[in-house]
Amino acid sequence: MRKLLFQSFFQRPLTEQAPALDQTAVEELAGAIQRATRRRLGRSLSIREIDAGSCNGCELEIHALNNAYYDVERFGIRFVASPRHADVLLVTGPVTRNMRDALERTYHATPDPKWVIALGDCARDGGCFAGSYAVVGGVSQIVPVDLHIPGCPPPPLAILQGLLALLDRTTQSAAST
Amino acid sequence: MPSLIDLVLEGRANPQHLPWPRSVVDASVWAFAANELAQGRWGLLGLWGEPSTAHMAIIDRDTTEIAVVSIDCPDRVYPSVSKHHPPALRLERTVNDLFGLSAEGLPDPRRWLDHNQWGLRFPLGDRIDALSIAAPYRFLPVEGDGVHQIAVGPVHAGIIEPGHFRFSASGETVVRLEQRLGYTHKGIEGLMRGAPIERAAQLAGRVSGDSTVAYAYAFSRAVEAALQLVVPDRAVWLRALLAELERLANHLGDIGAICNDASFGLMQAHCNVLRENLLRAANSAFGHRLMRDVIIPGGSARDLDAVGQSAIRAALANVRARFPELTELYDNTASLQDRTVGTGIVAAALARQYGAGGYVGRASGRAFDARRAPGYPPYDDLSFEVPVLEEGDVNARVWIRIREVEQSLSLANQILDRLPDGPLRIPVGAEAGPREGMALVEGFRGDIMVWLRLDGDRVERCHLRDPSWFQWPLLEAAIEGNIVADFPLCNKSFNCSYSGQDL
Repeated sequence: MRKLLFQSFFQRPLTEQAPALDQTAVEELAGAIQRATRRRLGRSLSIREIDAGSCNGCELEIHALNNAYYDVERFGIRFVASPRHADVLLVTGPVTRNMRDALERTYHATPDPKWVIALGDCARDGGCFAGSYAVVGGVSQIVPVDLHIPGCPPPPLAILQGLLALLDRTTQSAAST
Repeated sequence: MPSLIDLVLEGRANPQHLPWPRSVVDASVWAFAANELAQGRWGLLGLWGEPSTAHMAIIDRDTTEIAVVSIDCPDRVYPSVSKHHPPALRLERTVNDLFGLSAEGLPDPRRWLDHNQWGLRFPLGDRIDALSIAAPYRFLPVEGDGVHQIAVGPVHAGIIEPGHFRFSASGETVVRLEQRLGYTHKGIEGLMRGAPIERAAQLAGRVSGDSTVAYAYAFSRAVEAALQLVVPDRAVWLRALLAELERLANHLGDIGAICNDASFGLMQAHCNVLRENLLRAANSAFGHRLMRDVIIPGGSARDLDAVGQSAIRAALANVRARFPELTELYDNTASLQDRTVGTGIVAAALARQYGAGGYVGRASGRAFDARRAPGYPPYDDLSFEVPVLEEGDVNARVWIRIREVEQSLSLANQILDRLPDGPLRIPVGAEAGPREGMALVEGFRGDIMVWLRLDGDRVERCHLRDPSWFQWPLLEAAIEGNIVADFPLCNKSFNCSYSGQDL
């Protein structure tokens, strides 16, 4: 373990030496998110993730936000264990009838001000599961949604972009009131 | 002793069922099969319903012969299998919830997927109105001095799927865990009824996101079996490459996540870098990080070009170079071993009885791997080992994954070295009349079974059985006698699918 830790003192961070794949975009976005987050919320943005019936694909990509390449925590964006600590609810999946109550109750357990992001194609309108006897539909059928991030699932970069869009909008509306 | 074939011969055989036989049997033969399952000579691969028929897929443990037996239920009743063989219990509760077919003698008649939220009952059978007042779900009673309950979920603390866990604990020790699942039930089998094959394939790839390749693979193989299609060689090999990449990415993620649940974040940080490298390579090779919708009935929707090949080779080389020191780190960190060794033990007898697949079974002495037996191409042409351990604890499930990472690295490289040229897919034509097909494919979590009946270019009925059906119940057994704080560790070492089980 000491060897691995020791090595990491001398290795350049992965965030800078990642493959060409939109790495500049990651950095741009990251910087922008940081500025917007600070303006609106001081130093941090707390996100509570809710799976309202997804296939788990979206969760895999949300997890990826925490890996060394995206590392969202460096901008003060973090995932929290309770809705009581959250500023943002990040909701995935077509909302199943069996999860409707749980989603509603989690929303009401989150203190104001709060925002809701619907993540993934299913979260918009039920996606390919729309019309099933067991599915209500998109997240906005149950709780008010501030932003939708499309994709099946959206890659981590698109999720970062979405967070930025939300932050810009909330910052603007805060400035205009 | 009659063999599985004898059993099939007892009934009315369906000639349009491939590649394994299916026959309609009477109640006495059905009961005989249930008894053989209970005796342990045969294993249960699945049990599912249709509006007036119940089906059961069986594997002979010695010969790995597979057969499906079906029983007509004009009165909506069939003899319970779980009465003799508990692994069928949740499946029979589900058949009742979805089709209204009741298993006579079912030991636990509570509903499973039906939470009385659908506004109707028996959605895939003869629908009736839901009960106006929902009876509360009764958890099994636990008695004793100082026993208290801890209710967890369906919304959990982490970024995971929803489900409810009811712990009964005495002090720190778990006396009983009872799961309640079904929260992510989307009605996928209902959506598949009457759907064109193409749409059904898309739905199959969304049963469980982490196994999107394996599900598309299993569904496609079942369609191809039903229609007797021969997939071009290049697609056969590409599909196996996709499956091994998916296995690698998931195992790396799991190994890191298990260590993280033992508060050892360093492993997770390093494992997730390797995982991310693989997903990026998959994205540049196949246009999607999770390789979704690449495998389709008839072949593969995408080819692998030279750029994609070199991206995958680079990612594989990276894992090969860096994984050994992570294995060493896991092996040499006493504080981590202190958490994983001896925790959450699954007895070998239970793993065998439940026919637990994947790392859950293989960590408890069950060597089953669908790639090996019944087997499917190109695996019969590739060299690989199926690691098996006897200890059955969290540590053993980690080690099975470590060994399988090594095997999948080797398999992926073998496939890349020998990838044949040629066409990618053949058209899936519509055949007149009903055709039935079945497939068993080894996903990272275990064997996925798909059974379907096609009518022309549409799916008449499709059933998808996740490996988790036979793993979730073992988690209840594994946690007994452990401390509550070790549950996340045990749960992660199983990493069962909620969405795959809830469907």
